[in-house]
Amino acid sequence: MSVDLGTVRHIAKLARLHVEQEQAEALVGELNKILGWVEQLGELDTTGVPPMTSVVERSQPLREDVVTEEDSNSAVLANAPDSAHGFFVVPKVVE
Amino acid sequence: MSLIEGETGKWEVVIGLEVHAQVISRSKLFSGASTAYGAAPNSQVSLVDAAMPGMLPVLNRECVAQAVRTGLGLKAKINLTSVFERKNYFYADLPQGYQISQFKHPIVGEGTLTIDLPDGSTRDIGIERLHLEQDAGKSLHDQDPRRTFVDLNRAGVALMEIVSKPDIRSAEEAGAYIRKLRSILRYLGTCDGNMEEGSLRCDVNLSVRRPGEPLGTRTETKNVNSIRFVQQAIEYEARRQIEVLEAGGTIEQETRLFDSRKGESRSMRSKEEAHDYRYFPDPDLLPLVLEQSYVDELAAALPELPDEKKRRFMEDYGLSAYDAGVLVAEQANAAFYEAVLDGGKRDPKLAANWVTVNYFGALNASGVGLAEAPIDAKKLGGLLDLIADGTVSSRLAKEVFEAMWESGKDAATIVEEKGLKQITDESAIEALVDKVIAENPAQVEQYAGGENPKVIGWFVGQVMKASQGKANPGAVNQILKRKLGG
Repeated sequence: MSVDLGTVRHIAKLARLHVEQEQAEALVGELNKILGWVEQLGELDTTGVPPMTSVVERSQPLREDVVTEEDSNSAVLANAPDSAHGFFVVPKVVE
Repeated sequence: MSLIEGETGKWEVVIGLEVHAQVISRSKLFSGASTAYGAAPNSQVSLVDAAMPGMLPVLNRECVAQAVRTGLGLKAKINLTSVFERKNYFYADLPQGYQISQFKHPIVGEGTLTIDLPDGSTRDIGIERLHLEQDAGKSLHDQDPRRTFVDLNRAGVALMEIVSKPDIRSAEEAGAYIRKLRSILRYLGTCDGNMEEGSLRCDVNLSVRRPGEPLGTRTETKNVNSIRFVQQAIEYEARRQIEVLEAGGTIEQETRLFDSRKGESRSMRSKEEAHDYRYFPDPDLLPLVLEQSYVDELAAALPELPDEKKRRFMEDYGLSAYDAGVLVAEQANAAFYEAVLDGGKRDPKLAANWVTVNYFGALNASGVGLAEAPIDAKKLGGLLDLIADGTVSSRLAKEVFEAMWESGKDAATIVEEKGLKQITDESAIEALVDKVIAENPAQVEQYAGGENPKVIGWFVGQVMKASQGKANPGAVNQILKRKLGG
């Protein structure tokens, strides 16, 4: 598996990252190196070995269904660049 | 199979539905913020829901139980291991930049939902899967010309996405599917099914093909939030696709947005690139592992579901599929019917008729719910007793029922007050019959010509009229025949 310039541009767009042309060209090489390194793992025979999902041997902890939060309005809006009438305010996004 | 007639022949419509059902729980899927509807904006948002740095999601035990209950209610396979993944996309009401959902390993696998069709028949629709995921926040676009207002109260609330197989073949079946699913969810208490408040939302996947041919290219219509709109969206999209194909065009796989005011949908081209969601297992969450004994416990505690109840009503009470279907659609209605029967003391068919026709009719006409109705099960049962023992005729019973609905009084009181008691006393009826016979010699003559059933009917009508509807029609008939015949 390898990436080309087009793929790098596509990934950057999906991640909303602004990447200059020369950065993008450099990233093609870097990403391919990383991919090549990861692909080395494919040389091992992992038939019948379940994928490891965590380094800790435990199952999912669960929370009781209780409301633990007070009215959060001022806390969550405290760092918002813009707010009005209790809402976050952002530039217009319409379909 | 229902086919649509095009310009160039018949077409089959193939539909799959994705329903997003909001889980009934006090707190959100991964946080302790409240899920209550209608709160002030951003008042029910934890720092997890707002995606503040360093916050970690912890899964809500009850939401897991609700998903398993729903899976069991859909006779589906419960997957003892399931995995939460991140579905990545950017939108102003999704602060994390991804939705925590399930992709490759959903908590519930394949199941079946049996739909009830208007002719009383049923059809099985396959369930593909059910998975748990977070809801997004809500954006208000119409408050300001240049800005969008965002409320995150809904962000992080648990949803069950329930995906059907492409087994649905018409708008009518789609309506039946949603009604049945909603009924099951309400019986289970896992979703309130309120489409107006958005706790049940639907996306329609649709393609058309010539009967017997492979599946055509499908489109997905989003944002269809009532059963009527789902049906409109299906009619519109099926017609649109057939027109495109018959004009020699091809269908593009795309997402379309339904406009309920116009009853039309339009392409959402902007969504196309965003469809690259780059799912991957959420590193903040371990796989969810359930014990079979836990699933068995939940299964043992499930209520009687609509299909089982319908079967029992048909077998034990001798009801038709249609009547049983009407009665079991809502759990409260079925409970009301059984309360009227009072442990089988009353005639089940008579009771079914009065509950579905007169009682539900009155509820609809007055726009009140079962809980606020002026007549409870006990009072309606009292009226049925008076019909059964002959105190009131079934015709006058309707009048008694109306008066009960008006006043809230019980049947016996109304009958007493209005003097509607049926006349069963033979001598009183005889007197009325004699009077009618004496006043109508011409008709007596006609009858003597050969026991004309039309004429005897006319006589019964006259005697009933003379008794103000209170005479027992059976007795009137008998006495008339005896008197006229002799």
